[in-house]
Amino acid sequence: MAEFTLRLRRYDPGSGRAPYWDQHTVELEPHRSVLEAILQVKDRVDGSIGIRCSCMAAICGSCGVRINGQPGLACHTHLDRALACARDGVIEVEAMGNMPIIKDLIVDMEKVHWKKIRRVTPWLLPEGVVPEREHLVDRDAMVDVTQSMACIQCGACVSDCLTMEVDPLFIGPAALAKVYRFVGDPRDARERERLVDLAEDPHGMYSCTHCFKCIDACPKGVAPMSQIMRLRRRATSDWHIDDANNGRRHEEAFVTLVRDYGLLHEAELLPRSYGGNSWLGKFHPAAGKVLLESLPVVTKAILRGKVGIRQAMFGHKLPAQSLDQVQRIFDRVEGRPQRVEQNLYVSGEDDDGAARAADRAGRIEKAVTAQRSVVR
Amino acid sequence: MPSHDVLIIGAGLAGQRAALAAAEGGATVAIMSKVHPVRSHSVAAAGGINAAINVADDWRSHAYDTVKGSDFLGDQDAIEIMCSEAPAEVMHLEHIGVAFHRNATGELDLRAFGGASMNRTAYVADITGQAILHVLYEQLMKHAHAIDRFEEWFTTSLVVEDGRVAGVVARDVRSGAMELFAAKNVILASGGAGQCFEPTTNGLICTGDGIALAYRIGAPLMDMEMVQYHPTCLPENGFLITEGARGEGAHLLNGDGERFMEKYAPNKLELASRDVVSRAEQTEINEGRGAGPRRDGIYLDITVVPRKRTLEALREIVNIGKDFAGVDITREPILIRPGQHYVMGGVKTDVNGRTPIPGLYAAGEVACVSVHGGNRLGANSLLDTLIFGRRAGEHAAARAASTRMPSPSRAYVRADESMIERIIRRPKEGARRVSEIKHELGTTMNEHVAVFRDEPGLRTALAVVHRLKAEAAVAYIDDRGTVFNQDVLAAIELGFMLDCAEAMVTAALERKESRGAQFRVDFPQRNDAQWLKHIDISRNGDGAPLVSYSAVTFTQWQPEERKY
Ligand SMILES: Cc1cc2nc3c(=O)[nH]c(=O)nc-3n(C[C@H](O)[C@H](O)[C@H](O)COP(=O)(O)OP(=O)(O)OC[C@H]3O[C@@H](n4cnc5c(N)ncnc54)[C@H](O)[C@@H]3O)c2cc1C
Ligand code: SF4
Ligand code: SF4
Ligand code: FES
Repeated sequence: MAEFTLRLRRYDPGSGRAPYWDQHTVELEPHRSVLEAILQVKDRVDGSIGIRCSCMAAICGSCGVRINGQPGLACHTHLDRALACARDGVIEVEAMGNMPIIKDLIVDMEKVHWKKIRRVTPWLLPEGVVPEREHLVDRDAMVDVTQSMACIQCGACVSDCLTMEVDPLFIGPAALAKVYRFVGDPRDARERERLVDLAEDPHGMYSCTHCFKCIDACPKGVAPMSQIMRLRRRATSDWHIDDANNGRRHEEAFVTLVRDYGLLHEAELLPRSYGGNSWLGKFHPAAGKVLLESLPVVTKAILRGKVGIRQAMFGHKLPAQSLDQVQRIFDRVEGRPQRVEQNLYVSGEDDDGAARAADRAGRIEKAVTAQRSVVR
Repeated sequence: MPSHDVLIIGAGLAGQRAALAAAEGGATVAIMSKVHPVRSHSVAAAGGINAAINVADDWRSHAYDTVKGSDFLGDQDAIEIMCSEAPAEVMHLEHIGVAFHRNATGELDLRAFGGASMNRTAYVADITGQAILHVLYEQLMKHAHAIDRFEEWFTTSLVVEDGRVAGVVARDVRSGAMELFAAKNVILASGGAGQCFEPTTNGLICTGDGIALAYRIGAPLMDMEMVQYHPTCLPENGFLITEGARGEGAHLLNGDGERFMEKYAPNKLELASRDVVSRAEQTEINEGRGAGPRRDGIYLDITVVPRKRTLEALREIVNIGKDFAGVDITREPILIRPGQHYVMGGVKTDVNGRTPIPGLYAAGEVACVSVHGGNRLGANSLLDTLIFGRRAGEHAAARAASTRMPSPSRAYVRADESMIERIIRRPKEGARRVSEIKHELGTTMNEHVAVFRDEPGLRTALAVVHRLKAEAAVAYIDDRGTVFNQDVLAAIELGFMLDCAEAMVTAALERKESRGAQFRVDFPQRNDAQWLKHIDISRNGDGAPLVSYSAVTFTQWQPEERKY
């Protein structure tokens, strides 16, 4: 047992009182969860603390909150780990962000999260006659979609999505991850329509800024950003979807620049994305417009000494030897007959099978002996 | 006043399946849940769902296994319906989008499960319940024009007028507003009552609401003594390690490292039915051969399953082991023990989900058809929820066509409003906290109404339940607000749980034999001559519940000795 102090952000709209911090101390083993600590306070001291919860085991998705400023599940965060991240020895718990607060730690998921889920036509759209038995599909495809299906709709990724903060209309990490569940499912007949839809939406899949926040936040390993990247890859490499948001050309420009220079040449990226993927791209009329728009930013960067004029014009390049290595990576990856999908469920290799089998008998014996000595 | 042909209370698998079926049957439908539908406890189901879909399998074999699993207390007509309709139901799920895992030829893969004579459990990794629940919710969103959703609405009572169901009273959890819902038919799909026990594998929302709501308006409960203890739960918090782990080949070892199931079930070993395995574990522990520092557990050894397979097919329990027990189950054995998991009993229904009260249906864990009898087989519950959820939905929709819409009196709302008002105003002086009473109930039930039972223990439990009922009637709460007042809901739920607990203990005392999950140390034998019958429990005002019996239905299989 150890003592932990919690600081809970309280708010009751009905009370007419402004939000405030409420501090309590609990006694629990360090590996118990923040949720258990909150429930202990709720059970023993103040039953009016509002938090949604049911399973206590990170499966129902009810208890999304921010702990020391980081989004996650209260039932999935150990007290000792939470304490290690606390600023002043007190574990701070507040409601998730990007969604309006209803009471204390309870947010309005309906208004934000579920609305966005409904935006993406979240059901299977098969085609043709319904088979008498199951659809015959590739074994790995079903294992593959399991990762995006593992989403428990907790909203932790939505809470701190950077894009959503500036663009509330952004479809967002959870809903986009949900789309992969259909796009990656061989039974769904609308892959192209779904991808066109998300590519054309100005708040769609190309709005994600790869900030990684959703990957860090997700308690179920869904890695929404990776799913978004996989959607984009399908939209560009598989379906060659040219979109009004220039997502495809932007990506192509990005890749070509890295291949040619070994580094990202920021000044070239925008013009190429709009004007065409070559050094001449910036002279295209469409590029002129975005270049003008980006001028203040670039000027500021030059003034503050973040980039030099030469660098802004011509970019930087890696030395020949390193560039060579970058290009070898490209050759290797692009030379593969099949795309390697980053997926938790597929990639768990049995690396050390034999060693483990030999090891096993010894380990059980060890466990048994250890326990005997405790009993004695 | 919202009025619907069919109003469904509960949005787990049973409720959502019922809603879709009723809408397909042309009825106007509403579905109500005290939590958002995807938070329903069906989400926690891990291992899978049974159906004889392998061409070498036969639904009769599935039915026989279920009958045997039930220790011959299951009603065989209902079991035949469930097992024969199972393959089509699983295919239907597949067609609407459930991503069941496949075998090398692209067909549904089937894993082994306890008490089954063949691999017949379809699965999605070890998140099968979640995968199905989320797909049904996708369908609810798709059919939003036909099905009204009342998410985060808490049913406080059922309304009966002229002897038939007329609707319900419910509270909008978010605003605290009370509302009267008129309905020609009400389908209870409100899940189990695991929270009567502590610890339990069930979520905090599994408080037996529907069982108590039906009981209070006079519907009989059946098989309430049959409470399942699952063999593999974490000792500390009751979390479940799915039977799928043993289905994939994991072993059980006692404190001496011995694979003790060889003694108790030489043929099926770890995959005997749950009552048998839980009793074997508890016997090992009681006789001093337990594992762990206090010798009160058993080792579950999953390291015998290839690591890649575990990571792909048992990922959720890899996480549970890591996050909640600090154990990497792919590399070391994990300490487990039996824990409360499922209530076989519930509101007594026929094979169409009908209760004796016209217009009142029940399906899923809240109901007792009875397909599980004395002991439920793993992966038969998801099936039960879907088959009887669908049948109840269809039947209720058909009944709606020939029934007139009731218009219940607003007095019912006022009654519940003042009930809540009274709870909120209860004084602290001389009273206990709701949470304290709940905790005492849970630990008492887990001590005396568990794997091994006897008369003195059950009598103690009953006395405690009676005292707690009196204390609960004056228990105080802190929250006096309207918005998301979870405190007041907890007080109402406590009342529901106490009704359920009283019925369970009463039935357990009544059954003076050992069958399925009920093992009476003082009556250790199964006694078919006297006890091959269901125990029904009905409400008797504020007096002791009424006990009566009903016959078990037999079709093809006569009782025989049960060996695994
Ligand atoms: C950890 C775990 C693992 C399991 N694994 C399996 C498995 O692998 N295979 C298998 O077959 N079975 C399994 N089971 C059993 C199975 O999951 C459940 O029996 C089944 O899901 C119950 O479904 P249901 O629809 O009846 O109820 P639930 O899913 O519990 O839903 C109940 C619904 O009723 C609502 N509700 C309750 N009270 C009220 C009220 N007063 N007002 C309004 N709404 C209310 C709730 O909000 C919820 O929506 C498992 C169970 C657990 C706990
Ligand atoms: S990576 Fe993209 S989707 Fe994820 S949080 Fe950042 S901006 Fe949002
Ligand atoms: S993707 Fe992860 S963080 Fe986002 S809602 Fe789903 S489970 Fe939660
Ligand atoms: S309580 Fe279910 S996810 Fe935390």
